[in-house]
Amino acid sequence: MEEKRLGFWARLAMFFWLPWKILFGPRAAWRVREALSAPEVPEPAALPAPPKPPKPEPKKPSGEEALRLLAILQRDGRLVDFLMEDISAAPDDQVGAAARIVHEGCRKALAQYVTLRPLRPEREGETVTVPDGFDAAEIRLSGNVVGKPPYRGILAHPGWKAVEVRLPEVAPGLDATIVAPAEVEVA
Amino acid sequence: MSGPSFGIDLGTTNVCLAVARAENEPPATALVPQVVHEGEVAERPLLPSFLYLPGPAELKEGAIALPWDPDRTYVVGAFAREQGARIPSRLVASAKSWLSHAGVDRREAILPWGAPEEVEKVSPVGASARYLAHLREAWDHLHPDLPLAEQDLVLTVPASFDAVARELTVEAARAAGLERLTLLEEPQAALYAWVAAHPDWRKRLSVGDLILVCDIGGGTTDFSLIAVMEEEGALELRRVAVGDHILLGGDNMDLALTYALRARLQEKGQTIDDWQLRALVHSVRQAKEQLFADESLAAAPVVIPCRGSRLIGGTLRTELDRATLESVLLDGFFPRVDADARPETPRRVALTALGLPYAHDPAFTRHLAAFLGRHAASTASLPPGVHAEGRSFLHPTAILFNGGPTKAAPVRARILEVLESWIAAEGGRPPKVLEGGDPDLAVARGAAYYGLVRRGRGVRIRGGSARSYYVGIERAELAVPGVPPRVDAICIAPFGMEEGSEITLSEPLGLWVGEPASFRFFASSSRRDDEVGTAVDPAELEELPPIETTLEGEAGVAVPVRLRARLTEVGTLELFAVDAGGREWRLEFQIER
Repeated sequence: MEEKRLGFWARLAMFFWLPWKILFGPRAAWRVREALSAPEVPEPAALPAPPKPPKPEPKKPSGEEALRLLAILQRDGRLVDFLMEDISAAPDDQVGAAARIVHEGCRKALAQYVTLRPLRPEREGETVTVPDGFDAAEIRLSGNVVGKPPYRGILAHPGWKAVEVRLPEVAPGLDATIVAPAEVEVA
Repeated sequence: MSGPSFGIDLGTTNVCLAVARAENEPPATALVPQVVHEGEVAERPLLPSFLYLPGPAELKEGAIALPWDPDRTYVVGAFAREQGARIPSRLVASAKSWLSHAGVDRREAILPWGAPEEVEKVSPVGASARYLAHLREAWDHLHPDLPLAEQDLVLTVPASFDAVARELTVEAARAAGLERLTLLEEPQAALYAWVAAHPDWRKRLSVGDLILVCDIGGGTTDFSLIAVMEEEGALELRRVAVGDHILLGGDNMDLALTYALRARLQEKGQTIDDWQLRALVHSVRQAKEQLFADESLAAAPVVIPCRGSRLIGGTLRTELDRATLESVLLDGFFPRVDADARPETPRRVALTALGLPYAHDPAFTRHLAAFLGRHAASTASLPPGVHAEGRSFLHPTAILFNGGPTKAAPVRARILEVLESWIAAEGGRPPKVLEGGDPDLAVARGAAYYGLVRRGRGVRIRGGSARSYYVGIERAELAVPGVPPRVDAICIAPFGMEEGSEITLSEPLGLWVGEPASFRFFASSSRRDDEVGTAVDPAELEELPPIETTLEGEAGVAVPVRLRARLTEVGTLELFAVDAGGREWRLEFQIER
């Protein structure tokens, strides 16, 4: 914004030429009178400081994509059937047999729709160095955390990162809330 | 000619498209968008050869919509197979085997075989055309600037396909809008893929080598022998023999293992329904692949979920152990037999059920013995360097495996072991194995490579006609009441007749104008030495549908004509009646029954 004041030297120069301009220029005299009699324009207030970005509102999930993934895991690996069943009284060999079905199917589906890789290349149990400025979302510290990074510690879990998600496009008419259709064998 | 060359493997269980852009660049398989689950379209390298014809209200609107055709009323590919497992009566499978089945009218809407009245049926030609049309639409959808119909295409057929089946394959391609095509035999395509992957192939083979291509697919098996010869100082490849069409493949093996495990479950008093049986086939296949991949495993678990939501308690568990795998699969399908073993032929019964003529004998090794033994007799037409003297069968010096089931190392090892034992018994040397690429994709890739070879780059396998063909002509002899006049089969197209050549029978025939003239038509894949005009007893040949034409003109006049055979560049056999003035009438295969 332009400063609405003149400096001393500019004022001194004006002090000499303005009287002459007023004396011999009727139009200039009129403009000076108009300018001085007009109400002073109030200086615009300083622009408000850019507001701090508001804390991101937690996104309200539509749930549609999550349900689609759930439907895929049920379709290929019977995951929902497995989780919805009460296994507390079932013998381990039966749980194991069912787990094989869930494991094989879900594993295949996951490989097809999501690419996962460990966040850390080291093996579990190896010593790792956590550098200064590490991303706390990627690395969770525990134990005797004192002082500043870098920290040295043992890798307890290498983490997982979804590198790519390839959920399929589906026809618009399909209802995502149907995780698995009822099945009727027509006799 | 320039631009990429395309190869299509129109398989019994999968269709695959490959593109070759340059000779020094390996051909790549193209992705095919298709409906993979209800309402879900994805790109896959293989298009399963299944056609599903949904009933009204069975699927939700949009469930089988394609990006390029939202209103499609049928579905081809992965979802067709999935949905067809639930409702088998609306599923068309193995259309290719029907295409080569002379026992039915292949242009008539007969598939799905045995489906109820209300299902709108398609013909074997029509079903094949839909697979090819899907391939064309899918390619054009992804590459609008390179329409498939305007490209050079090579379409593969089994070497065992006869002239009629080849003709119908071309008809299906034309119906799918693919006109610019050439046919290539699948075992040759597999060898082209090997050549494309081995620029130094000339160092790996030498003159006199005889390559056995052992192509075991999901539903069919195809054998070919290709000889390495020398011509003007350069190595040449020549296909010298093809086997019969054997409806036997990897699916038979999976089913045999499945039945063995089902019997085991039944012994324990556990019964399984049809839905669980399909899950069992799936699980058995996984277990088989696990055992084949890891020699140290003694057994692999097999689990079958129950259909209801109760997974725990309802899941049946058994296992596939190595002993069962070897006894059922290796000893059942690849028994250690002698070189003079022959496949068991079915007992002739008065009423044979219609349907596909599946191989009666499941032993691949016996089919192989029959194939190698059959061609040893006719030595006259064997290329120089290949000899059969003092041998009861042709000794291959190299073997190339192709097809999904041959991915299993124990299967390859067993075939090789049996073949080596036959050769060793006659004092020969064991054959070397030509290590190939991916046996699932090699045929399409080899076909695309062949498209470049046709433009004059690289080695070409010379083949010509894989069979000799004959027309039936009544013998002129005194008529005896109650005895039909005898028919001679006259050779009109000899074995090895080259593409682009034509042959005219010197014997003239009188045909009546205005009336359909029909000839019986025969073929043989083993009579290599017959020349044009040789008369053969039809009992030694395989009868094909008759060929027929109608000479237009004033009725009641007999015109002297000669029969002419032409093997087209496309790879089909065309037959004509030619009069003295040079006019030609095409003789069509009468496949309607």
